[in-house]
Amino acid sequence: MAENLPDTYIEEGHLPYEFCPGCSHGKILQALSDSLKQQKLDPTEIVLVTDIGCVGLSDKYFITHAFHGLHGRSITYGSGIKMQNPNLHVVVLIGDGGCGIGGHHLLNAARTNTNVNVLVFNNFNFGMTGGQHSVTTPLDSVTATTSMGSTDAPMDIAGTAQVNGGGYIARATAFDKDLPSLITNAMQHDGFALLDIWELCTAYYVVRNDFGRKEMLEYMSSLNMSSGILQKTERPSYQTAYAKIQKKSSENKSMSGLILEPMFESNLKEPVRIILAGAAGQKVVSAGNLIASAAALSGLWTTRRADFPVTIMTGFSVAEVIISPEPVLYSGIPRPDIVALLAPAGRDKIKKRMQEMLSKDVVYFADGLGNVDTEAEQKPLAFPEAAKKDIRKNIAALTAGYLVKELDIFPFGALKEAVRQVQKPKIAEINLKVLTVYE
Amino acid sequence: MNKIYVIHLRHYLSSPPCFYSGCFMNKKKIEIIDGAAAIARGALDAGCDFFAGYPITPASGILGHMLRELPKVGGVGFQGEDEISSIGHCIGAATAGAKAFTASSGPGLSLYSENLGLAIMMEIPLVICISQRLGPSTGAATASAQGDIQFMRWCTSGGYPIIVLSPTNIPECYHITKRAFLLAQRFRCPVFIATDKETVMTTESVSAEEMVKSPDWPDVPEAPIHSSLEPYQKNGRIYHYTGSSHTTEGHITKDPGILAELNDKLRTKIEHNLNELSLVKADTQKDAKTLILSYGVSSRSMEAAVKEIRRKGMKISSLIIYSLWPVPESAIKKSLKGIDKVVIPEMNHGQYRHEIERLVENNVELISVNRVDSFLISPEQILEAING
Repeated sequence: MAENLPDTYIEEGHLPYEFCPGCSHGKILQALSDSLKQQKLDPTEIVLVTDIGCVGLSDKYFITHAFHGLHGRSITYGSGIKMQNPNLHVVVLIGDGGCGIGGHHLLNAARTNTNVNVLVFNNFNFGMTGGQHSVTTPLDSVTATTSMGSTDAPMDIAGTAQVNGGGYIARATAFDKDLPSLITNAMQHDGFALLDIWELCTAYYVVRNDFGRKEMLEYMSSLNMSSGILQKTERPSYQTAYAKIQKKSSENKSMSGLILEPMFESNLKEPVRIILAGAAGQKVVSAGNLIASAAALSGLWTTRRADFPVTIMTGFSVAEVIISPEPVLYSGIPRPDIVALLAPAGRDKIKKRMQEMLSKDVVYFADGLGNVDTEAEQKPLAFPEAAKKDIRKNIAALTAGYLVKELDIFPFGALKEAVRQVQKPKIAEINLKVLTVYE
Repeated sequence: MNKIYVIHLRHYLSSPPCFYSGCFMNKKKIEIIDGAAAIARGALDAGCDFFAGYPITPASGILGHMLRELPKVGGVGFQGEDEISSIGHCIGAATAGAKAFTASSGPGLSLYSENLGLAIMMEIPLVICISQRLGPSTGAATASAQGDIQFMRWCTSGGYPIIVLSPTNIPECYHITKRAFLLAQRFRCPVFIATDKETVMTTESVSAEEMVKSPDWPDVPEAPIHSSLEPYQKNGRIYHYTGSSHTTEGHITKDPGILAELNDKLRTKIEHNLNELSLVKADTQKDAKTLILSYGVSSRSMEAAVKEIRRKGMKISSLIIYSLWPVPESAIKKSLKGIDKVVIPEMNHGQYRHEIERLVENNVELISVNRVDSFLISPEQILEAING
């Protein structure tokens, strides 16, 4: 294939560039073409990703693949391309404007070390929209939007990528002779590579600030910044690291559902809506799951949902379970038939719904939680004597067992079977032991 | 084991209790599953090989499944730094040949918005699941809602048509997700799965058979409506893709003739195929004068209400709309024949009602049943609305 490689990667039929006279963009594009030639890459294995700004006009001048997207998002597109097909070389061409609006993507791409190569066309202002100030506009500079001089500290793009762990980071100017080899080194590096290439916008920045090549270099030294390679790390790229994850994961089984085969019977005629209301750490949700699974093992249909605060280890924990002889259509429980109160936090959470309950409904309550405002009958959770010493620890399994016995919707064996089939062996062993108090 | 267990609890409805024959009692295998797992499985079975997303309740379950499962099958699952990056990664991956997928909720859709425009303009096949939650901004994190229906439709600048499918239960989550991938490929555009917290996060027992067996829906033809997206690849042809107005070669243009043609194509490829995209479940009764029309989780309460009404010996028709966008106008008009009252339950302030308003005759009464207080619309609420 090598003999078929092009002399230039620039689509010469599209020249001359439509950039302004003296604009440095053409110089950087030539350096890119020279680098691609140095690397002997086939045009079909290269994707140039651009976004908005004058630099976004670049892709049509290349004989490679191209992706032209939204302002500042080019790094995300490029990273996605490289993740899907690591054999492609991705070069992102972005301006200082793009690094502002997409700064979050830039620093996170450096962190993840995603294997894209970012060439920043850094000309200190927005060239395409009239010379407004950008994140790299030098302090006190005049732009269309800072007529009295910019008051903002300029962002150090290379430095930002550097401190966030980017694999290969360099600073350069569009006039540097070694730009092609810097680009080559960046592209050969396995990891995120960024070249912060300083250049001139002759339409706006240069004329408003008397800023030429010489002044640009003086400005760089005034900031105590240097050009050249700033960072090169040997951390593997995201793509290399992820390939290992893929290999390791491939040994694991694919997701499979929890399939239950009904083996018990029930003669339930109508849906029963149960709410277990307790506190974090009581395994309330797990108790709801057991009741629902036992019902499913008895040929009934169930829905269950859990409600708890975002800080899951504190506050209320509520499990809502519907058991029905027919598939459940409406999964809400505005008025429960059965409530089990296990902790004050849960009781308070469902207070209003207990007020909706009718005299035929039942609220079971753990010690000290009775006397709630409801029409429903209130009964203590009268756990068997044998359970009493470890009630606090086993309250969820004990409550599940108690309700199954008390409601008598399906055989107690279904609950034990649910424990065996649904819970992890170690936990199942403990809970089966807890449930023996009912036998 | 053969003992008969009986319980005498009353039905939640104030009407007399119904006595089931017991013939519904399930003897077959069931699966215990939530919507998040069903959607993830649907995506994987559709050949999805790329997912990027950002955590947000109630869609994080899908993110978790996809990030765990994709590397097992050689795919890529990535958590982006935000939703913009996530959908950006999906779009990039799609141009390299991925069947890409992302999932979020309303606040994430806000951030997807600009890239959805790009995906429409670039004609990127992409599936997006939106698990809706209540309210603008952070809203009531996290309560169920259906408030993003119009947002999905009008998610982009320029206002181009989009395809939105909405499942009503867990097996449909699976089958609709698979269908969304087929439509995304065929129409070369983003396809939404509009779901909600209740459907995604509630665990249910469902028929194992229904999870596998395809519903009785028309097949999605494999051939692309216009052309397939040709992925970047070594030794292939050279491809240019752009979010700007472009020639067929992907070069930016402002030629008015080409602009008109391109923009028309983006519209007509969807709007000229309404019949193919139309997906509804009509449950009509001869001589019924009332039609309940719903979608998503609210249709389940509608179905419960329909059962109750018919149990009392009264006539009622219902229509579930799976293909929310483009609006399945013919199917809706067909179900409106002979109807003088339409009841529309939806968990928002009446967003889909607007679409129905323009399809009904003047003498038809429209009744909205709305709820925006974190609770699902109950069957009772629908019954009350019908009885006035």
